[in-house]
Amino acid sequence: MSVAPDSVEKVVREALPQFGVEPDDITREATFEDLDVDSLDLAELSQIIEEEFGVALKGEDVARIKTVGDAVDLVVSRSA
Amino acid sequence: MSRVVVTGVGAVTPLGIGARSLFDRWMAGETGMVGLEAPCSDFEPTAHLSKKEVRRADRFTQLALVAGDEAIASAGWDGELPYDPARIGTVVGTGIGGLGTMEHGHDMLRDEGPGKVPPLSVPLMMGNAAPGVLAMRNGFRGPSFGVVSACAAAGHAIGTAMRMIQHGEADAVLTGGAEAALTPLSRAAFAALDATSPTGISRPFDRRRDGFVMGEGAGILILEDEEKALARGATILGVVRGYGATSDAHHLTAPEVEGRGAAAAIRVALADADLEPEGLDYVNAHGTSTPLNDRAETVALKNALGDHAKRVPVSSTKSAIGHLLGAAGAVEAIATLYALQERVAPPTLGFEEAEEDLDLDYVPGRAKPLAADGRPLIAMSNSFGFGGHNAVLVLEGA
Repeated sequence: MSVAPDSVEKVVREALPQFGVEPDDITREATFEDLDVDSLDLAELSQIIEEEFGVALKGEDVARIKTVGDAVDLVVSRSA
Repeated sequence: MSRVVVTGVGAVTPLGIGARSLFDRWMAGETGMVGLEAPCSDFEPTAHLSKKEVRRADRFTQLALVAGDEAIASAGWDGELPYDPARIGTVVGTGIGGLGTMEHGHDMLRDEGPGKVPPLSVPLMMGNAAPGVLAMRNGFRGPSFGVVSACAAAGHAIGTAMRMIQHGEADAVLTGGAEAALTPLSRAAFAALDATSPTGISRPFDRRRDGFVMGEGAGILILEDEEKALARGATILGVVRGYGATSDAHHLTAPEVEGRGAAAAIRVALADADLEPEGLDYVNAHGTSTPLNDRAETVALKNALGDHAKRVPVSSTKSAIGHLLGAAGAVEAIATLYALQERVAPPTLGFEEAEEDLDLDYVPGRAKPLAADGRPLIAMSNSFGFGGHNAVLVLEGA
């Protein structure tokens, strides 16, 4: 059963401020580049997501996701 | 060969944030010991660094960044860099590196499994993290690397930085040392070696000394080619006159009892500075407050300096701040530069009872004035490390 996009987005919104992102800047359209979220932050985010939803984001996945929405959608589709 | 000058200094130590605070409070007889250790209690990383910088740096790197900012500002570099960034190097020592990060990562591995080990573990714990992050933060594109030689690391780093400038590899180098090893593993391990003081009193050269008091902190210096520094109108804080490094080739932790390796390093440093022992106005000793070091260092000073060993004041910064391990040589070099500038030998705090054959002028309790004839004063700063590493700097005051 796939997880709800809202619950994934909630986890992402809670995680990103730990990396120094301003909570108000987080939208589905915001790019990780604009949020100053780099590969090391994404490695940490992946760990949090894997813990929560059992979905691993590795290698090519990380290269493909550009926005917060991309990340949420990928996790939702993987969990299906 | 070009002369190498110090144009900026910065420090975070158990005596506060700032190089000047270290010197002034030491001179005032204050110590940074709390319980059995000497932590940087005033240091709150988020007061100086962004949330992201704090997250991307082990405490030893955080300390180095804040000391580095101060050094860069004091060199007058906080506007535009005075040199081609490719000609500015970064060489910073540490004894252990990001031990706190390693211990946390291992806790996670053991308690939560491999999937929970933080991905930042390795880049934070690596011994070269401080120079890497300092080069990144400041845009220095010259050679950058860490130096790892236990408690001699900062001495080696400064000596190496000096050589890089002398040999034309860089116009300037940010150098020094950083350590943050007040962690459960390191506490237990040093205690198991009987290296640390069970009483928490650092009293180098005193008969009652019973081990070092572990401290943490960072010292950063900006070294520049003298001609170039003068051309840009820099304020010169001192000169790195000489550097000598040798090895005991004797024992993993104990100094050689006759201090032969240390004496050899002193001789090499004096020769490098083109100086006779009589030219030394002050010795900033390694002076750890361990039974073995202080005795071997005294023997080494006598052997290397001859009759002058009895005349020159010898004191230990560790009497005020404990032992900062891989940062010690840097914060002590900085304190020494202030001492030369102020023409005073700072005290060995807590020294009261002499031990047989430990009969140098250890400047007990209170500072004493140095020669008042107006010439620049010269001092030696010793750093010795587990592994038998000896690094000695000869510094001239401004």
